[in-house]
Amino acid sequence: MTDHPTKLSAHSVNLWFGNKHVLKDVSVTFPRNQITALIGPSGCGKSTLLRCFNRMHDLSPDARITGEFLLDNQNLYDHGISVTQVRRRVGMVFQRANPFPKSIYENINYGLKINHIPKTERQGIIENALKESYIWDEVKDELQKPATRLSGGQQQRLCIARTVALRPEVILMDEPCSALDPLSTLKIEELIVKLKKDYTIVIVTHNMQQAQRIADKTIFMYLGEVVEAGDTKALFEHPQQEMTANYVRGRFG
Amino acid sequence: MIKKLTPVIEWGTLLLTTGTVCFFLVAILWDLVSKGAPSLSWEFVSSIPREGMTKGGILPAITGTILLTLITAAAAVPFGVSCAVYLNEYATDSALNRLIRASIRNLAGVPSIIYGLFGLALFVQALQMGTSLLAAGLTLGLLSLPYIITTTEEALRRIPASTREGALAIGATQFESIRDVVMPSALPGILTGVVLSLSRAAGETAPILFTGVAFYINSPTGSLNQEFMALPYHLYMLSTQHHAIEEVRPLAYSTALVLIIVVFLLNLTAFYIRYKHSKK
Amino acid sequence: MQLPVRENIDKTVRLLVRSTGFLAIAILGGILFMLLWNTMAFFLQIKPLDFITGTQWNPSGDPALYGILPLLVSTSLVTLGAMVIAIPLGIGTAAFLSEYAGSKLKGILKPAIEMLAAVPSVAIGFLGIVLLGPGIAGLTGQSNGLNALNGAVLLAIMALPTIVTVAEDALHGIPDSYKEASYGVGANRWQTLIRVTIPAAAPGILAAVMLGVGRAIGETMTVLMATGNASAFPKGFFHSVRTITATIAIEMGEVPYQTTHYYSLFAIATVLFLFTLIVNMLGEYFVNKYRKYHSA
Repeated sequence: MTDHPTKLSAHSVNLWFGNKHVLKDVSVTFPRNQITALIGPSGCGKSTLLRCFNRMHDLSPDARITGEFLLDNQNLYDHGISVTQVRRRVGMVFQRANPFPKSIYENINYGLKINHIPKTERQGIIENALKESYIWDEVKDELQKPATRLSGGQQQRLCIARTVALRPEVILMDEPCSALDPLSTLKIEELIVKLKKDYTIVIVTHNMQQAQRIADKTIFMYLGEVVEAGDTKALFEHPQQEMTANYVRGRFG
Repeated sequence: MIKKLTPVIEWGTLLLTTGTVCFFLVAILWDLVSKGAPSLSWEFVSSIPREGMTKGGILPAITGTILLTLITAAAAVPFGVSCAVYLNEYATDSALNRLIRASIRNLAGVPSIIYGLFGLALFVQALQMGTSLLAAGLTLGLLSLPYIITTTEEALRRIPASTREGALAIGATQFESIRDVVMPSALPGILTGVVLSLSRAAGETAPILFTGVAFYINSPTGSLNQEFMALPYHLYMLSTQHHAIEEVRPLAYSTALVLIIVVFLLNLTAFYIRYKHSKK
Repeated sequence: MQLPVRENIDKTVRLLVRSTGFLAIAILGGILFMLLWNTMAFFLQIKPLDFITGTQWNPSGDPALYGILPLLVSTSLVTLGAMVIAIPLGIGTAAFLSEYAGSKLKGILKPAIEMLAAVPSVAIGFLGIVLLGPGIAGLTGQSNGLNALNGAVLLAIMALPTIVTVAEDALHGIPDSYKEASYGVGANRWQTLIRVTIPAAAPGILAAVMLGVGRAIGETMTVLMATGNASAFPKGFFHSVRTITATIAIEMGEVPYQTTHYYSLFAIATVLFLFTLIVNMLGEYFVNKYRKYHSA
């Protein structure tokens, strides 16, 4: 772990939706250029935690958050920090592929346009992003086709391309493969592993095999609390907590 | 024997009620088409009324209705869509917003003649527009507003949250996500609602009675500050107010047919948009 | 565009869009203010008691009489008649659509009902004059068939699409488990419909009826054209009547602005507004009750 300094972290975080206490005193760290998996049964707060890091809860009026979220020692919730800027630095890929109702080309171009990247550079960036996301070969001849006509797996890779085109520092992934078939899942996993040399990746997953295949570090959450965090291999093979052991061995969840 | 007959009677009752409802529609369409079609001609829809409206066509009424509906759209669509965007995209569940929603529901139930009175008091008198195309169009705009808001909000509600989040996640502001992603996705639904609302407005008579509609205008083009002719009022006038009601009856039938065709064409457009969208 | 500019646009749009939200309140408030203001002006000149209990509406007579009763009775008469026709037809059709019709038949019938809803009221009023009127006249031996019955039939046609659509939603929303329980004890389809499905959907059906009533009370053109508009106190379904809406439509075009007669039309409009408000609120109450009942 020593050669991977912390990129992103949360300290003593509490979150309520209305009166419901969803995250309880959560502290986590995510090392630079590593893949960290968040696992735990449904409703344990892993997706909620993930969405804090790019301030996706800002639009829910009944969400109340306390604690600190640091990206390179900068608090993401400080006054004077722009949400838009935060989201540009911390990208996100969602559970269900959500391409825009535009062409494949425009899906990536749109983000570049609103983030005022000069027109002359866009063509190259788009091509690179598609190549980087292993989808270039499949779509290079039909960039003007509506993105909604792509298959589910292709759509998800396009969404990843859309995210990496903006060169974020961190990519958050919220169960990116849960709606995909095994073959598409495998392709995306391969892609994620390749991306870690340039990005810090946090992935929420239900799939224990997936966490073991791709994650360097794993954090197990239960009922809004972090139960155990550590190297993936250690956590799965020698869990320190009984609850973790029960979960990774499939006794509940 | 009775036992055997019971299901027939039961079925028959339901079939009879449904059949009666269908009969109403068929009777309406049949009567209008069979008696309206004979005197319907290109000349009828393309010339102005002559000889005390016993001859000639209804061109000014057609153009009047089209212009009126365009003004209605120009007035109601921007505000209606914007209000729906506010309610669905920005509004929280506060007392104030509940009041806004309650107001919209109540506005939808206000009788059209009361909109006519309001248009008279507000546009014609207070804002000194006089009885005019503009005053009548704005009055119909107010009448259409609650429908446009409701249907637009429904269309927006069908767009999943993840679509909005996708745009926000690449650094779009909320306005950019609404403008560039949410609105294009909801557009077919919004258009369907808008066209249906406008087709209602085009067929309305009561709200324009005191706000600008006229018996007779000899020019097919309108002007915002002048009175105008409109198809629904022309039909009302031909069938109840004309000095030779029996003589102009065929013209009244043809006017009714043209009105129905205009309204149904708008409805078909709406259905087509909905159908095309649902297939995707 | 640089980021601060984009964020300022975002804030500005938020404010703009928010302000249009208040428009709805402003319009309803404006309508209420207009009605009450002019009604007050009317009551400064005419005693409220005379207005409520007067049995004659004759503003151009000498003395001018402003009794709302004949108008109110006319409106009630045609609305009642319309509901007597529309409620059984509407519920029957809704039940047929929801419980018996296959999806193909439904695919034809539902657009047909939407088409019926789209027919402008002035066209229906026209048919009241040229089609239904002579028919009623032939049956009763009157000179023309422009009377309360004619108006009631037309209003029933206008209210039917609303009643059918809302009632069908209500019937359709009854969970299958209710019906299956009924089949389980040996009831057939009809018995299930009458004894289980319709009672369970009662609040939704009541809401449908209320919305239909609201539509009928507030409708202008059909009654204006088809009921004859005699200002005498209504005597029955086969006599000419003159509703509140028709009175406003006829007289507002002729009165000089800001006279007692002018104000009186706002006074009867206020009464009309209150009636539709109550009916629509009742409808909403039933809709909500129905929702609660089924989400529980």
